Amino acid sequence: MVTIDDYGHYDTAWCPGCGNFSILKAVKQALVASQLEPHEVLFVSGIGQAAKAPHYLNANRFNGLHGRSLPVATGAKLANPKLTVIVESGDGCNYGEGGNHFLAALRRNIDVTLLVHNNQVYGLTKGQASPTSAEGFVTKAQPEGVTLRSFNPIAVAVAMQAGFVARGFSGMIDHLSGLIQQGIAHRGFSLIDVLQPCVSFNKVNTFAWYKDRCDPLPPAYDPTDWEAAMKVARQWEDKIPIGIIYRNDLLPFEEHFPVLSQGPLVGRNVDRVKLKRIMEGYG
Amino acid sequence: MTRTDLNILIGGEAGQGLITIGQLLAKSLVRAGYSIVVTQSYQSRIRGGHNTFAIRVGLDEVIAPQESVDLLVALDRATVTLHRQDLSPNGLILVDESVDVSDDASLKVPYKQLAKDKFSNIASLGVAGALLGLEEKLVARTLHDLFGKKHPQVMEENRQVLEAAFRWCSGQPASIHKLAPIANPPQRLMMNGNEAIALSALSAGLKFLAFYPMTPSTSICLNLAGHAGQMGLIVEQAEDEIAAINMAIGASFAGAPSMVATSGGGFALMAEGVSLAAMTETPVVIVVSQRPGPATGLPTRTEQGDLEFVLHAGHGEFPRAVFAPGTVEECFHLTRRAFELAELYQGPMFLLTDQFLADSYRAVMPFDVENLPPVSVSTEAVGSSPYKRFAITENGVSPRLLPGMSEHLIVADSDEHTEDGHITEDLSVRRQMVEKRLRKGRGFRAEVIPPDMEGQDKSDLLMVSWGSSKGPVKEAASRLRSGGQRVATLHFSQVWPLMPEQFMGHLEAARQVVCVEINATGQLARLIRRETGFQIKKKVLQYDGLPLTPESILRGLMTIL
Repeated sequence: MVTIDDYGHYDTAWCPGCGNFSILKAVKQALVASQLEPHEVLFVSGIGQAAKAPHYLNANRFNGLHGRSLPVATGAKLANPKLTVIVESGDGCNYGEGGNHFLAALRRNIDVTLLVHNNQVYGLTKGQASPTSAEGFVTKAQPEGVTLRSFNPIAVAVAMQAGFVARGFSGMIDHLSGLIQQGIAHRGFSLIDVLQPCVSFNKVNTFAWYKDRCDPLPPAYDPTDWEAAMKVARQWEDKIPIGIIYRNDLLPFEEHFPVLSQGPLVGRNVDRVKLKRIMEGYG
Repeated sequence: MTRTDLNILIGGEAGQGLITIGQLLAKSLVRAGYSIVVTQSYQSRIRGGHNTFAIRVGLDEVIAPQESVDLLVALDRATVTLHRQDLSPNGLILVDESVDVSDDASLKVPYKQLAKDKFSNIASLGVAGALLGLEEKLVARTLHDLFGKKHPQVMEENRQVLEAAFRWCSGQPASIHKLAPIANPPQRLMMNGNEAIALSALSAGLKFLAFYPMTPSTSICLNLAGHAGQMGLIVEQAEDEIAAINMAIGASFAGAPSMVATSGGGFALMAEGVSLAAMTETPVVIVVSQRPGPATGLPTRTEQGDLEFVLHAGHGEFPRAVFAPGTVEECFHLTRRAFELAELYQGPMFLLTDQFLADSYRAVMPFDVENLPPVSVSTEAVGSSPYKRFAITENGVSPRLLPGMSEHLIVADSDEHTEDGHITEDLSVRRQMVEKRLRKGRGFRAEVIPPDMEGQDKSDLLMVSWGSSKGPVKEAASRLRSGGQRVATLHFSQVWPLMPEQFMGHLEAARQVVCVEINATGQLARLIRRETGFQIKKKVLQYDGLPLTPESILRGLMTIL
């Protein structure tokens, strides 16, 4: 029986009031609800305040480069498909620096859960605009306000028919935890974009701002209806829908490789008879 | 009279099938027992332009390309125009009778009589093979091995064309380009550098390769993709080179021996990943197949311009080894060596090759793939708990466990980290970790492959070289020795780390030292000076995108000595 304590309790380097605390709690709850042992789970993160999150729980962890957690996770999952692989990093890491990997991951549909802490601002580097910052958002780097259009990860993921697309809010821990648990259970790529306040650098999209807008999808909502999902994905006004926005049951990437049906690649022998035959092909 | 050494050049437009003819002719020559060195020169285009496939062939071992051409197989008019000047005194041009060439050296072949249009390539193969004295049935068998199984109908038409070509040749004056026959030829392979790297990686136990295609490295990846299913490895075309190296690091972290292969521009994108592999102490083999830069440079030509780049790529300080194979055999043995070091010392190891060697077919003895063991991925159980992935040890190597393979938790971080892998800003830990990582370098410094010294120490001239120029430099030296000069060569197939005690004696004993490199600034010479203080002032440097030849080296020497 796995309990919260198995995932440990650590001191953190986050600002008091940061949304990361609630997300960390939701993650641990989801892992316990999934009855996963810490050694069965690999967290891969990049760089940023969100990317520190895996340091604050017990599991296998690979804290790599800014923007590059998805490729590392992809490689690890292919080397050992039995691992539950979760990528946890921020909006800058996944939608900015790692944008190409994000697009490729949506297409690849590997069984990895991507948890994006989306606070619409860069925290670690102290307050520059992120890809999800709203137009007009003023920072020291964008003193006249952001002029780029805001990146909508949900709309992009739904448009690409990614395997599992959800949005959560750090202020609704149990709801978020449920999304994470379902994302982990989903066989294929899962995106969970988590809205969270940044108490130090985002004075616009505050806890109250999100709380007023985040609105769980009704039980009757059908996430397998792609056209309905495209409409929901574009809603970002007085109400911001949260929940599972789209899902499908396309074959996960790793299942295209017969070699992986036997489990991890480590420890496999080299078939030297076949190798000799390959070599003799050059004769 | 028969010949013991010949140079054949097949020229034509891209898309005319000259590589197929070249490969078939080269394979037939290898099967007949001859030694070959193939040089492929092609333009960055799929159709048109001018490409060549040159086969230097010999009864004894040939080790370098040659500039003068004995048999010019011209698939178009341009080939005659461009290469007439390279023809040796008794050289012969094979050309279609319709081509307007009035040249005593040309043999006009009625290709249209011998073959329907799309089979005229096979007619050129047949005519060239017959003139070289190859047996028709040997060429036919080679052709059959390529086409026979898949396309029996095509094969039958090919066979008839081949027969007609040989018959036509028998009605011509006796060929003066017949090679002396070899009785009981040894069983050898025809393999190029990239094929040897791929075979070696399989033999070393490669289980994961991610790549983004880039000439001249692509064929390594395509070769491995072709064998992935049966050999049980994963080959993934990544979205970019940054993803490729990060995927390889992720796969290796989870226990799969991993590799990436690219060229200079792609490697530039991988540089941060190199540093990540070093910091997280993750084994990864990185193949950099050089082509001329800067930037896109000459995409399909050759150069040795990235030695300093590969030596320094990746921010921060960490140990690495760089191998630079000089032959196809070395491509095989040094790739395995790179895998062994990567696993043993848990970090990035490099293989630095180039377009010339990548595409250069040679006749090689079969490798002992049945007995060579794959690398062993460390999964030893450790006593102390909790497990410390980066435990400080005397040789710097920490016992490595893999995530998900035991109840131990594996933590790795690109930030400076404690022994258990957690991010730290404790500056005394920082110092310990820097020293631990660098200590690993001591281990493989003790095992550096010494440079290959050929000739007497008290020579009048010592030529220093590295990587793919091995053969051309050795042959140039041998030609000078035949002329009575005392010439030696010192060739580096491992270019980092450099161990001065292995070669300083040779450098100091020579009356004159010349560094021969395919770059414009003499990067190995500069590296030797940096590491030893020994200045090699004279250099033969070639940077026109073409491989070195014994002739080009001798010309270079004439201008500086």
